Amino acid sequence: MKNKSQNKTNDSRRDFLKSSALLGAGAIAGGGILSSCSTEPESNGEKVKLLTATGELVEVDPSQIKKIRKEKLSELAERGREGLVGHHWTMVIDLSKCKNARKCMAACQGAHELLPYQHHINVLQMQDSRSTSPYYMPKPCYHCDNPPCTKVCPVNATFKRKDGIVLIDNERCIGCRFCVAACPYSARIFQWFEPDYTEEERNRIYDVELNVPQKRGTISKCLFSADRLRKGQLPYCVSACPNGVYWFGDKLEDAVTNGTTKETRKFSELIKENAGYTYFEDLGTKPQVYYLPPKNRTFDYEPVKKFLDEDEYPADRS
Amino acid sequence: MSATSTSKSKSGHKTLEQIREDLIRPLYHNTFWNQVWIRFLILIIVLGALAYGHQLIKGLGLTAMRDYSAWGMYISNFVFWVAVSLIGSLISAILKLLNQNWSNPLSRISELIALGAITMAGASIVIDMGRPDRVLNIPMHGRIQSPIVWDFFVVNTYLVISVILLYLPLIPDIAILRDRMTDVPKWQQKIYKALALGWQGTQEQWRLLKKSIKIMIILILPVAFSIHTVTSWLFAVTLRTGWHSTIFGPYFVAGAFVAGSAAVIIAMYVFQKRQKLQDYITDYHFDKMNKLLVITLLVYLYFNINEYLVPGYTWERLDGQHLQELFLGHEAPLFWLTQIFGMVLPILLLLLKPMRKPLPSLVISIFVLFGAWIKRFIIVIPTQFHPQFPIQNVPEHFTHYIPTYTEIAVSMATLAMALLIITLLVRIFPVVPIWEEAHDRGIYKIFKAEKK
Repeated sequence: MKNKSQNKTNDSRRDFLKSSALLGAGAIAGGGILSSCSTEPESNGEKVKLLTATGELVEVDPSQIKKIRKEKLSELAERGREGLVGHHWTMVIDLSKCKNARKCMAACQGAHELLPYQHHINVLQMQDSRSTSPYYMPKPCYHCDNPPCTKVCPVNATFKRKDGIVLIDNERCIGCRFCVAACPYSARIFQWFEPDYTEEERNRIYDVELNVPQKRGTISKCLFSADRLRKGQLPYCVSACPNGVYWFGDKLEDAVTNGTTKETRKFSELIKENAGYTYFEDLGTKPQVYYLPPKNRTFDYEPVKKFLDEDEYPADRS
Repeated sequence: MSATSTSKSKSGHKTLEQIREDLIRPLYHNTFWNQVWIRFLILIIVLGALAYGHQLIKGLGLTAMRDYSAWGMYISNFVFWVAVSLIGSLISAILKLLNQNWSNPLSRISELIALGAITMAGASIVIDMGRPDRVLNIPMHGRIQSPIVWDFFVVNTYLVISVILLYLPLIPDIAILRDRMTDVPKWQQKIYKALALGWQGTQEQWRLLKKSIKIMIILILPVAFSIHTVTSWLFAVTLRTGWHSTIFGPYFVAGAFVAGSAAVIIAMYVFQKRQKLQDYITDYHFDKMNKLLVITLLVYLYFNINEYLVPGYTWERLDGQHLQELFLGHEAPLFWLTQIFGMVLPILLLLLKPMRKPLPSLVISIFVLFGAWIKRFIIVIPTQFHPQFPIQNVPEHFTHYIPTYTEIAVSMATLAMALLIITLLVRIFPVVPIWEEAHDRGIYKIFKAEKK
């Protein structure tokens, strides 16, 4: 009996934490950072900023705010599944610019709380043939227009949104890994162990557009930084690149912006002028990540080791 | 035709009393070794359950699976169990529909194996899931596009049909046990009484029973073919070299009949010796079963030639990498082991009559069955190490797969569980159908209610 009531208070406190965290997320949606998730409203005359469904920022008294029940939180999942209607996101990767700085990988792993060997974006060392020089190739998820991964998902945990982004809902995923088997581009990873979180971190509200917190026994993958796009910002990897490798934009607007120089160009022209291509077009997956060939490079290619040493990642065997 | 094969398969003249006596006697024999065997199986299951509990707490990371080998031993076990389970439909359905009466004494053995195997196929899938707590998401949020959803429904359907197909022909036998075994513990008598469904052997009951069996053996065929075809599609529908093959469905079904036939031969040997059934499971049955095994092996060989020769001829980029590994590389020892000892040599040996005797055929069947398991391993795992892009920036051990103790313990537990299911069922039910044995020998009056 005692235990039961204790559980109940625990639950309600967790609900409260979660709902207040949602409030916080709403409050900072205008321009804040997601990390300040647990600001609690206090009724001392201060106003709380809220983003309405129509996109207006309003101030209300904290006492006016009703506690949101847990089920309602699925609204975050709902908008995450719908996507930013009216866009079709695309990425162009200029292989002639990539110097293997790996700032993209670091930014991505930081934002999505990944381990050193878990890659949403992975910079590979490639060489097409013996007579051509090697080059570096960043490889995110290609957000295919005909995605083989979403087809095979038995529970609709991974899905393609109206804006072209392929996402994973790790609160739905059953961990069968069929999508890993189905993806020909090795774009998906699996959480083989419990992510190293504190209790508080683990109980954060799950945002399907950030896929954080990561969950054991579920899939994780590149999200084209859907949370940043919602805020009108470029993806984490694109913004982090110091070498002007990435262009990101909207195919429907036919415009892409360089993450380093902030220059905006016509997508179709950029592809046409530089003979842009996608990988393994014969598979019919229609990737939405384009590559510009590694031509006229003015820097040296320095090979780096292809595997991580044991001291570079936390032990994954026990 | 069937009359001659029936008379050939029956050695000596037996009265109904002798048949009943011979086939019920083993149910009273709870020998010391039987006790040891059951305790041994339980020990293996407990160890496996502990390993699985550990895996539940720590995550699938306790296995050797990683991002470039996302499916491992558990999935090969799943394919193996599905394959073995198909034997129930081959012997009880296909051979019966073809009026091959010689296999009648083997039908219950094959149905028991089918039941044990399909149960463990279902268990293997849940064991492999990252979030087994969300298994109900499949019926709740199931998407009809996904072959896993097809598999989920087909496996469950096949499980239900297998239970029915095991149970229906058991009813008259259970009635015999109910009437005869009045000296066994109360609970056992109660089981017989309940499961006999008031069977008296009236004409109407026989008519209904035979009709129901006929319906079930026809119904099980499409389900049996579906279950293994769909299982093969888990691989064939991906864009992966080595999996993306149009013949995977029939290739897997053919391989399934091989594995199942070998399993039946092993079980025949064990039951013949343990239950002293030499008059019911005879050399003639071994000879016939081994010929069936050779035929299934030849069909399987044909599919193997297609599956490996054609891509081996074109040697397309990834096909070449994959086959190089299989034929000459890292996977070559396992590959040639299963192809030669699990397929080619058994075909050649079983063409010789002395090799179709019980003991030699037991040894050959063990090789075939073990080879069949390795074959699933070879189909499931190596392909994943040849993706379109090179594997980089991960620990080096991500590029190969060696099962961990956890996986081995859990897998052994599924094997022990399947064996335990069979062991416990043959403790209370006769392994050779009593009434069919009587009918095959021309004895039609088994119950008081029957005329003649």
